[in-house]
Amino acid sequence: MTVRVFVPGDMAAVAVGAGAVVDALRAAAAASGVPIEIVRNGSRGLFGLEPLVEVLTAAGRVGYAAVTAADVPALAASGLFEGKGGHPKFIGDPKALPFFQRQTRLTFARCGVTDPQSLDDYRRHGGYRGLERAVAMTGEAIVDAIKLSGLRGRGGAGFPTGIKWDTVRLTPAAQKYIVCNADEGDSGTFADRMVMEGDPFLLIEGMTIAGVCTGATKGYLYVRSEYPFAVTAMQRAIETARRAGLLGAAVAGSSHAFDIEVRVGAGAYVCGEETALLESLEGKRGQVRAKPPLPAHAGLFGKPTVINNVLSLAAAPFILGEGAQAYRDFGVGRSRGTMPIQLAGDLRNGGLFETPFGVTLGDLIDDIGGGSISGAPIRAVQVGGPLGAYFPPSLFDTPFDYEAFAARGGLIGHGGVVAFNDSVDMAAQARFAMEFCAIESCGKCTPCRIGAVRGVETVDKIVRGEDRSANLTVLEDLCETMKFGSLCALGGFTPYPVMSALTHFPEDFGAPSRAPEAVV
Amino acid sequence: MSASRHQDWDAAASGEVIAAHAGQQGALLPILHALQARFGWIRDEDVPLIAQVLNLSRAEVHGVLTFYHDFRRSPPGRHVLKLCQAEACQARGSRDVTAHAEQKLGVAIGETTADGRVSFEPIYCLGLCASGPAALVDGVPVARLGVEAMDRLLDGALT
Ligand SMILES: Cc1cc2nc3c(=O)[nH]c(=O)nc-3n(C[C@H](O)[C@H](O)[C@H](O)COP(=O)(O)O)c2cc1C
Ligand code: SF4
Ligand code: FES
Repeated sequence: MTVRVFVPGDMAAVAVGAGAVVDALRAAAAASGVPIEIVRNGSRGLFGLEPLVEVLTAAGRVGYAAVTAADVPALAASGLFEGKGGHPKFIGDPKALPFFQRQTRLTFARCGVTDPQSLDDYRRHGGYRGLERAVAMTGEAIVDAIKLSGLRGRGGAGFPTGIKWDTVRLTPAAQKYIVCNADEGDSGTFADRMVMEGDPFLLIEGMTIAGVCTGATKGYLYVRSEYPFAVTAMQRAIETARRAGLLGAAVAGSSHAFDIEVRVGAGAYVCGEETALLESLEGKRGQVRAKPPLPAHAGLFGKPTVINNVLSLAAAPFILGEGAQAYRDFGVGRSRGTMPIQLAGDLRNGGLFETPFGVTLGDLIDDIGGGSISGAPIRAVQVGGPLGAYFPPSLFDTPFDYEAFAARGGLIGHGGVVAFNDSVDMAAQARFAMEFCAIESCGKCTPCRIGAVRGVETVDKIVRGEDRSANLTVLEDLCETMKFGSLCALGGFTPYPVMSALTHFPEDFGAPSRAPEAVV
Repeated sequence: MSASRHQDWDAAASGEVIAAHAGQQGALLPILHALQARFGWIRDEDVPLIAQVLNLSRAEVHGVLTFYHDFRRSPPGRHVLKLCQAEACQARGSRDVTAHAEQKLGVAIGETTADGRVSFEPIYCLGLCASGPAALVDGVPVARLGVEAMDRLLDGALT
C-alpha cells in the first residue's frame, strides 16, 4: 500500500531544507521498495519543527521534527515509512503538542493538515460551505452576518469589515472590485503568507463571498514580490477554482460572476497602505491618496472597492459557514473572534498561534513562546510591525486586544510579536525605525519624507552625546510633527517605536560612559 | 536568479515582452516585472518603448520605474544575495551576519563586488521571521543563516 508522507512546501520549511528532505525520502523509499506519495502540505506553524516530516498511519499522523536530508537513511531504517518511533526525531502526533493544543484554529484549521492544492481536500475539511450559504443569501444578509461576527480588519487599522462591505454594496456602480491586500510588509508577520501557501482556497472563497455580497465581479490579489511561493500557490489554486466553476461567470452555479487576478508588488512597504496599493495596481507610483474619497466609494480605477487584508477575507468562510455567533463567541470587549498571532524573533516556539483575543503579552512570550531560544533574557518586544511600539517586560500584563494595546501607546497591527533579548541596543532600534521610514516614505508629505531623515541624524547625535538634552527635545518635537502632520501611518506611527524605545529604555540613549569610542 | 539565465536584450525582444502584457488594466508593473525577469534589468532604452505602447510620457514611466525598490537599472552581479534587514531578523543576529558578509565580500550592503560575482542587497522581511536570519539566494529562500552558514554560502554556492 502506498504510504502518505507529508513534507511542507511552505517557504519557511523549504528555507531550512525541506526540498532536499523530499529528494532523500524518495531515494530511501525507492531503495527499500516502499511506494510513497509525498504531499507538500502547508506548515502547521511551529517553525522550530521544520522540516517536519509526517507519515499517515492507521492510528493517524505521526511526525519527525527538524529532519535533515542526512537523517533520512537512518530514519527510514528505523521504520519511518511505517510511522515507527524510537528515533530521537520522532515526536508522535504533532497536533498533540501543547503549542497546538492551546490554539483555537478557525482560520488556520486546515493549514499544515491538508494538501493545499487539492480542492477535494479543501471541501472534505469544510471548505466552500460558507460560499454555498452566501450564494443563497441576499447581500444585506451577508453583511449582517459579518457585522454580527464583530470581525475587524486584520491588516492593522481594525476597521469593522461589515461596514466596509456594506458601503461598497450600497454604492451603485457598473463595476466594483474586491482587492485583497497581501502586501504583508510588517516584520514579524507571516500569517498571510501561510494562508496563501497552505490553504489558498480559503482566501479564494473569502474573496468570492465578498464579491457575491457587494456585487463586485472582479478581484485583485496584490501579493508582495518577497513571497514568490505564495504567488505560485495562489495562481495554481485560482486556475483550479476556475475549472471547477467556483470562479467565473456563474460562481458555484449561481447568478454571480466573480474572478480573481494575481498582481505582484515591487518591494515598496508603503504599498501595503490601501490607497498606495490601489495606485500601484493602476500602474502608478505607490503614493498615498488623500481621503476622501474612501476606496469604498471611489477606489480602484475610481470604482467602489473593498480592500481587505488576507486574514479579514479568510475569516469570512468560517463566519458564513459556521455562523456569525460562533465566531463572535470568542474574544473580549470589542475585539471579537480569533487572532492569528505571529511569534517571531528570539523565541523558542516561534510560529503561528491562533487564539481568541485577550491573551496577555507575557503569556505569549514566556509561556506559549517558551522564552528566548538564545537563552538570554527577553528585554523588549515589538508588537505590530515596524510602526508598533516596543514593550518592556513591565508591560507584559497587556492583553492582546485592540483597545488595550492602544491604551498603552501601542497597536496590535497585523499581530506580529517580535522578541529581543538583552543584547538589543534600543537606540539602534529607534534609529532603524526612522531609517526604515526614510527608505520607504512615499514622499508625499514633508514631516515623513524629511522628518525621518532628520530623525536618524538626531538619534545619532544623542547617542554620541552631542547636546544631549537639546537633541532629545528635537527628537520629541520631530515625533510630534510626524504624528500630527503625516498623511498616513508610515510617517504618523514611526514615532511609536522611537518614543517607546526612548521612554522605556532611556539608558540606551547615550549615557556618555556607555560607549567611549563613540563619544565626540 | 543569476544573471546568466537572462536573455540578451534587443529592442524587438523588449517590444515583444511589452506587447504581451500591455493589454491588461494597470499594465506598467507587470511589464516591468516581465522585462526584468527576461533580461535581468531595465534599460533606459526600454522606457520610451513602454511609454509609447501604454500612451504615457517617458517621465511617467521613469517615475514608476524609480519608485519601486525591486526594479534594477543596471545589471546585477552573477549572484544576488538579498539578506533580510528587518526587525525580527535583527533580533536573531542579522546585524552581525550582515557585517560579516560585508567584510568578507569587501562591499557594503547595497553594492556589487568589483568582480561582478555577488550583488549583496537588503530586503525587508521574507515572512520567515521565526527562523531568521533569512535571505533569498538567487531567488531561493534560506533561513537560520548565522555567521557560519553565511561563510559556507559565500565559499560554496556563491563562488
Ligand atoms: C505604511 C502602511 C503599510 C500597511 N501595510 C499593510 C499590509 O501590508 N497589509 C495590510 O493588510 N494592511 C496594511 N496596511 C493597512 C491598510 O492601509 C488597510 O488598513 C488595510 O488593508 C485594510 O484592510 P482590513 O480592514 O482588512 O485590515 C498598511 C498601512 C500603512 C499605513
Ligand atoms: S506619511 Fe510618509 S508614506 Fe505616508 S503619505 Fe506621507 S510621505 Fe507618504
Ligand atoms: S524579519 Fe526577516 S524574514 Fe521577517
